[in-house]
Amino acid sequence: MNRPIRVLVAKPGLDGHDRGAKVIARALRDAGMEVIYTGLRQTPEQIVAAAVQEDVDVVAMSLLSGAHNHLFPKVVNLLKGEGVDDVLVLGGGVIPDDDIPFLLESGVEAIFTPGTPTKDVIDFINTNIKRK
Amino acid sequence: MYDKKKLEDVKAAFKNWEENKVNKSLGKFPERKERFSTGSDTEVDRLYTPINVEDLDYERDLGYPGEYPFTRGVQQTMYRGRFWTMRQYAGFATAEESNNRYKYLLDQGQTGLSVAFDLPTQIGYDSDHALSEGEVGKVGVAIDSLKDMEVLFDGIPLDKVSTSMTINAPASVLLAMYIAVAEKQGVSSDKLRGTIQNDILKEYIARGTYIFPPEQSMRLITNIFEYCSKEVPQWNTISISGYHIREAGSTAAQEVAFTLADGIAYVEAAIKAGLDVDEFAPRLSFFFNAHNDLLEEVAKYRAARRLWAKIMKERFHAKKDKSMQLKFHTQTAGSTLTAQQPDNNIIRVTVQTLAAVLGGTQSLHTNSRDEALALPTEDSVRIALRTQQVVAYESGVTETIDPLAGSYYVESLTNSIEEEAMAYIEKIDNLGGATKAIENGYIQKEIQNSAYKYQMQVESLDSIVVGVNKFKIEETEKKELLKVDPHVEILQRKKLQKLRDDRDNDKVNETLSVLKEKAETEENLMPYILDAVKSYATLGEVCGVLREVFGEYEQTVIL
Repeated sequence: MNRPIRVLVAKPGLDGHDRGAKVIARALRDAGMEVIYTGLRQTPEQIVAAAVQEDVDVVAMSLLSGAHNHLFPKVVNLLKGEGVDDVLVLGGGVIPDDDIPFLLESGVEAIFTPGTPTKDVIDFINTNIKRK
Repeated sequence: MYDKKKLEDVKAAFKNWEENKVNKSLGKFPERKERFSTGSDTEVDRLYTPINVEDLDYERDLGYPGEYPFTRGVQQTMYRGRFWTMRQYAGFATAEESNNRYKYLLDQGQTGLSVAFDLPTQIGYDSDHALSEGEVGKVGVAIDSLKDMEVLFDGIPLDKVSTSMTINAPASVLLAMYIAVAEKQGVSSDKLRGTIQNDILKEYIARGTYIFPPEQSMRLITNIFEYCSKEVPQWNTISISGYHIREAGSTAAQEVAFTLADGIAYVEAAIKAGLDVDEFAPRLSFFFNAHNDLLEEVAKYRAARRLWAKIMKERFHAKKDKSMQLKFHTQTAGSTLTAQQPDNNIIRVTVQTLAAVLGGTQSLHTNSRDEALALPTEDSVRIALRTQQVVAYESGVTETIDPLAGSYYVESLTNSIEEEAMAYIEKIDNLGGATKAIENGYIQKEIQNSAYKYQMQVESLDSIVVGVNKFKIEETEKKELLKVDPHVEILQRKKLQKLRDDRDNDKVNETLSVLKEKAETEENLMPYILDAVKSYATLGEVCGVLREVFGEYEQTVIL
């Protein structure tokens, strides 16, 4: 790829915990990626619109309120509806192990739980990026 | 405090010890690392002696418990009189389920209630609003109307318990519902004891459940101050919170600084609204975090008390002692809990409990071991409560007041945290006060820098988190976690639809239109909000009317 990887870091739902999202955003930027952060309280529709408009390669969502089973798949489906199938969709936050298989089946490519080093996220993106 | 001559002797002996003993030993036994530091990354010396606190003046800087500057505590006898209030923050799913949890906790010896609301409630949306999808009943209980509130406190006599409600932007609405439930129980509002968080500035900074812009939010807050000073005199009208600022990644000194800066903004707003400082200041309360660095945390609470006392006396010319006393609730640090080997969190919470108690807290919530994974199970909540009880009854630290006072290290840290916090407050004053410093993103940026620095230290192993970046194991054991039934949302929507069908909608429309009219004037809105909730107007309807008049806050996004 001849341009830096572009990442949308997004906070879906009403959750206000943005420490993780901001730390990840900065770590990705320090790793040479271009990062757009949505700010809080984004609907799935808003996230998808931003992803399309900003032409991002990755959508990384962070959620700690427990609404992930509802909101993450919705973003995946809306992206598909827009005909976008080469964007890597990631999720992170307080997400119980039991919910992870469902989220992966729904089309989220990876779930990162508390304690994950930012390096793991960077490596995952670099390895799995779909647009090459 | 020290004899000059003796201090000279100490200095000479200390120099001798360092140069002749320590340096020799370092050649053979080097220290574990080059730089030692607190949890907030303040450098720590090898040894603290009277030299570090040579300017300390006992009467001026420490004094006595219950006396200015309250460094040693706000009450004369502290835990010898009675223990802190053990108050577990709880609430999930429906009002019925939360009511059961409260009754369980009261049965287990808990002494105060603390209500957690779900996010739609905290942001002023009803459960059937589009933005509430997936969030109903998740992080707390869903309250749509007075009807839910009646169920929430069913069988709990409101003149006997004190209730803390973590509610900010719509605090006036939930307080009005609480007053209305009490009235139905036959309890008059002057008997009600409790706290509403009502701290909007830290929502803009760190927690995120804001609705209205700062100016209108400050009006609602001062409306509450004024109303409660007359009608609900035992109510703590605000809990000025450093907790979430620290959770967002601040240092201990930043936690004190930004919290007290917010406090200054509230006091200024109330004075500007024509209130007398000694009328409302005694009802201000604070809320701090308890992290793992035990001694730094103890110093933090002591520094916060002393600094607030000085601010109230010197800056705002408060006259009553009660106006200068920083009373605070503490919660152990959610951000220090690990998803890995979650039972280790019990030990972290124990250390944090000791910090809060040795720091003189008035009430405490201890987190449960499984909170990095989900909402806590009943078993986990019981262990968390037992942790407080063991510290209270078995550890011995409650037998005398402020037992760490006079420690060269703790006094030195207390001084340095106070100085650092004061420097921040001066900087914020120069920026035009807390509201301005939030609007231009200064405070958020400072916190983000600290959070990022800490994360990098964990990743480089400069900071060790047991079980996360050291002492790791393969975990296969299945954890029992609490799950909120997704049907809660459907159930709650049905209840809400029934309410909308059954209530007197003309009455609702009337109270809402009066509220809207008054919102456009300068009048105190509390009585009109109370009328609206009593007519069973929903939380979303009341906040909707205010949204129309006040508009909504636009977040300052800074990376």
